[in-house]
Amino acid sequence: MKKKGIIAQLDSVNEYEREPIPKSKLKGLGSFIGMYAGEHTAGTEFVIGPLFVAHGVTAFDLVIGLLAGNLLAVLSWAFLTAPIAVKTRLTMYFQLEKICGTGLVKVYNVVNGLMFCFLAGSMIAVSATAVGIPFGLAMPSLTDMLPNSFGWIVVVFAIGALTTVVAMFGYQQVSRFANVAAPWMILIFFAAAIAVLPQLGINSISDFWPVANEKIWNGVVMANQSKFTFWHVVFFAWFANMAMHIGMSDLSIFRYAKKWQYGFSSATGMFIGHYFAWIASGILYALFLQQSNNSEEFAPGVVAVNAVGIAGAVCVIIAGWTTANPTIYRAGLALQSVVPRWKTWKVTLITGLLTTIAACFPALVMKLLDFVAIYGFLLMPMGAVIFVDFYFMRRLGMTDFYAEKAGLKLNWAAAAAWIIALIVGVLLNQFAGIEVFFLGLPGWFIASIIYVVVSKFYQKQLHPKGALA
Amino acid sequence: MKTTILKTISYLALIATIVPAVLVFSQKMDNDTNKTIMAVAMLAWFATAPFWINKKAADTD
Repeated sequence: MKKKGIIAQLDSVNEYEREPIPKSKLKGLGSFIGMYAGEHTAGTEFVIGPLFVAHGVTAFDLVIGLLAGNLLAVLSWAFLTAPIAVKTRLTMYFQLEKICGTGLVKVYNVVNGLMFCFLAGSMIAVSATAVGIPFGLAMPSLTDMLPNSFGWIVVVFAIGALTTVVAMFGYQQVSRFANVAAPWMILIFFAAAIAVLPQLGINSISDFWPVANEKIWNGVVMANQSKFTFWHVVFFAWFANMAMHIGMSDLSIFRYAKKWQYGFSSATGMFIGHYFAWIASGILYALFLQQSNNSEEFAPGVVAVNAVGIAGAVCVIIAGWTTANPTIYRAGLALQSVVPRWKTWKVTLITGLLTTIAACFPALVMKLLDFVAIYGFLLMPMGAVIFVDFYFMRRLGMTDFYAEKAGLKLNWAAAAAWIIALIVGVLLNQFAGIEVFFLGLPGWFIASIIYVVVSKFYQKQLHPKGALA
Repeated sequence: MKTTILKTISYLALIATIVPAVLVFSQKMDNDTNKTIMAVAMLAWFATAPFWINKKAADTD
């Protein structure tokens, strides 16, 4: 009886994957503020802040670079993503299907879903570095790419199972969890960083800048890391969530918004999470390096416990959860587009299993900056296609939602935009030496131009009489 | 009334999370005491906040 009740409850989770969100289901501004603050003050912050230190960022480059990059990210959400979301009220995946056709979307969604799985996996791994402490788990180091013990795998699977169960109950559950955890977690980041300042030699506010330059972000690159400049910081901060704003993945979130201006709610995530929390976690890592004589061990849980004890460990675990949960949910939506008849919870269950397997590999954590940049770059061209389709296709005398209106399974114009943008990006990376962190900007324009140009010829060839109604 | 009490405890828990850290920075408290207070504040937060935060969110939806 009880089992039937749970299945019925899971089956009743309706996330409007293939229909516009009804007015009665729209959410207030508070939901988005909580969601973004929670999601972006999360497990990744415990990794990214320290990796900036490891990449030899200077204090000025970090403080000013993050300011500029995060501002650009907020503007991207507010002016690119949210206005389209509130007008269509569709998930990104369903909208893409109308533009690109089911064939291309299936390929895209598999790539997208897998990327989300890897991202969520890295967060489960971060949580594991805290959960494993009482069990004496051997922690991974900066150079570890494979699981370093059986115990690590056991801990990762335990966390992955719990995270998946929460995600299976849908957006409401994820949102509730983030709402509860966010205020406390944000304060833990602040409190931890403030409390350890005296141990770094900062006993007054005037001590901060000199010590920041000498001991925290001193510009010294650690072993096996590349040098990061001001521009690396700007572009990383801007494009850390490229798939979500420029890539339009957060259409799935903002379709619940009452107004497009709710896009600015992303500022809570950017300036609390991607600004102060990155700075805070860098400070904690600098203390860890000082106390461990520049150990290569890279375990956010250990760093947090070292700073503020058990509250730090719990914060790392919960931070991992609040990132992993919505990411698994998004991955579930992506993969459900491939198998629309499956219930959301069943797809999420499979997604959670894939995520947990990925989480066993510490490489996801150690190479997180590179992974985040690649993941955004891979998905971004389809965001450009959605943007152009929404604003320009009809104005240019062409048909929007072309695959749906023309009954195509594959819109070759969108496929060309995606594939050529990626190929050009790889060529720029390999032959012009442009690092992956900088490829998003030219890639977006390349994808947009190719989509327009190819559509012009493609639509004319298939429908010579003009645009379809 | 019940919600008011729960909210009060939650807010006190948040204050107890941040204020001791500031006291450590100003060298008026040692970090071990800070760690203990933060742990107690954490328990207080998660014991009380779930009962009113999501209720508030549901009201505003």
